Amino acid sequence: MPITGRAWKYGKDIDTDLIIAGRYCNLIDADELGKHAMEDLDAEFAKKVQRGDVVVAGSNFGCGSSREVAPLALKGAGVSAVVAENFARIFYRNAINIGLPIFESPEAAAAIEAGHRVEIDPASGVIRDLDTQKQFKSTPFPEFMQMIIAKGGLLPYVEERLAQRRNPDGTPTNADERGQN
Amino acid sequence: MSQLSNEPMSQIESPSPITRHSSHTGKTFAEKALARASGQSAVIAGQIVDAVPDVALSHDNTAAITKIFRALGVARVKYPERLAITLDHAVPAPTTVHATNHAETRKFVEEQGVVNFFEVWRGICHQVLSEEAIILPGQLILGADSHTTHYGWMGAFGAGIGRSEMAAIWATGELWLRVPESIKITVDGELPLGVTSKDLCLRIIGDLGADGGIYASVELHGGAISEMSLESRMVIPNMMAEFGVKNAYLPPDDAVFEWLAERKVKSQKSKVKSESEIINHKSQRDIQSEIRNGALFPDVDATYAATYHYDAAQLEPYVACPHRVDNVKPLSQVRGTRVQQAFIGTCTNGRIEDLAAAAEILRGKKLARGTRLLVIPASSQVLSDALARGYIQTFVDAGAVIGTPGCGPCMGNHMGIPAPGEVTISTANRNFRGRMGTRDAEIYLASPAVVAASAVAGVIADPREV
Repeated sequence: MPITGRAWKYGKDIDTDLIIAGRYCNLIDADELGKHAMEDLDAEFAKKVQRGDVVVAGSNFGCGSSREVAPLALKGAGVSAVVAENFARIFYRNAINIGLPIFESPEAAAAIEAGHRVEIDPASGVIRDLDTQKQFKSTPFPEFMQMIIAKGGLLPYVEERLAQRRNPDGTPTNADERGQN
Repeated sequence: MSQLSNEPMSQIESPSPITRHSSHTGKTFAEKALARASGQSAVIAGQIVDAVPDVALSHDNTAAITKIFRALGVARVKYPERLAITLDHAVPAPTTVHATNHAETRKFVEEQGVVNFFEVWRGICHQVLSEEAIILPGQLILGADSHTTHYGWMGAFGAGIGRSEMAAIWATGELWLRVPESIKITVDGELPLGVTSKDLCLRIIGDLGADGGIYASVELHGGAISEMSLESRMVIPNMMAEFGVKNAYLPPDDAVFEWLAERKVKSQKSKVKSESEIINHKSQRDIQSEIRNGALFPDVDATYAATYHYDAAQLEPYVACPHRVDNVKPLSQVRGTRVQQAFIGTCTNGRIEDLAAAAEILRGKKLARGTRLLVIPASSQVLSDALARGYIQTFVDAGAVIGTPGCGPCMGNHMGIPAPGEVTISTANRNFRGRMGTRDAEIYLASPAVVAASAVAGVIADPREV
């Protein structure tokens, strides 16, 4: 399923305090967080963002705090993907772990303009600017991360591993209640 | 990258090609630490490993992590003895929501038998875990906090992770990590009077940018580093989080081993329950040599993606200007900027050495009219030491507010939120827009002496002139 949406364009070093301010970090619900996404950067964002829209930004997107609610807030606001020159490492991991698609492409990050219609094929990593018909390739994920993404994030992967440990040969057993095999 | 007025003094050498066919190729600190943590004889940069952290750190976000953990359907934490939990981000609780989070954290700690739990009085996680010698050189600590890079001061591998990842560690005891490429920064020479490790960090981040160390492990070597006090060293890996790195490393020496051994003995004594346990106790000397044996050092022929060199003698006091940590200017260029609030504290610069530098400037002086000063010791130990040395009296006499040990207003939770239009000068590590709770406020970052001098002058000031 391709991702399609309008581009919201921002600069480099968009930090997690801008993505979701510290005063909202007590919130857990993605929809609630989404109402405050990008609040200190662009007060119009949360009001006008449409489900499916794509955030396009420069280098070091998501730098700063380890707050996992940053990608969650974007997801809750309806953002379907983030395209950036590159990502800060904790945001990169958090986004994959909570299931927010991210794409690293310096060319796309530079070329796509605000408001343009963007189409992304998650399987191939190909990003298209539908307004200019330009096409960009994103950096492929390492094989291991592709596997995590395919499973829907870190937690489904961990659940699967825990289940395998409890029941390595697939036969019914009395699962260890403590989950500590 | 910021534009500094003077010539950059870092000499950027061309990146070494990363070609490693021989098993005899030298290893970086990151390669050695993650080989150990994943139980392998050798790993190389780029490899993905299942690492078993020696310590898993969380703070006020513990309550949120417990919800993810429970959703995994696991009843018991795999290694409760490896968890370290502090309440520090909003202490004592400023709102009912924070109080509820704290209560849920205490319940979880009780349920799971977490021994290394530190209540609201004790201080900031990175300072407390260092003081308690819970993490040691060569070990791996993963924390649900971006400044977990801090533990590089003692030669441990510390990296920040997210909440789901912490829940996964609680459940399985391990987490996947990519072995990072390494950057080597050598700092030789002697720091001029009034120039601190904070200035060195600001200079590096200003020169190379907030993304200059993205994904990398950064090692800091050289005489200027090994000559620093331990408290000055602690600033460096903490600040390197703002350089985009995964972890930072300073080679540990005897001063580090002795400091940790002293504290290990102390915490061992405080945990003694019976006479027989005392017999099994090791002497401080034995503990110190064990700690030394656990230390890891990169090989001289290790491969680095980039190397930089700084001459400490050429450095001066720097200030990070709004709203980015890499918007760095020499102090001389921003002197005279009006400040309404000054803040001395945080995991970056809230230790006794920092309070001593501030007390020296504030002794017998009053704050400028229209400027307030917040002093928040990084831990209860720092507070005790500051009381014993009379610093707290000096601060109170000058007109400062003393806060509960903890993170204070660093991330805008409470205890010193600025008004719109106000300017704060702070010893913290971040000056992002909105960071201290107010979007339309400005934050400058500097060393404790500069912040204290500015509180007295009412404008950003050079401590050498106050």
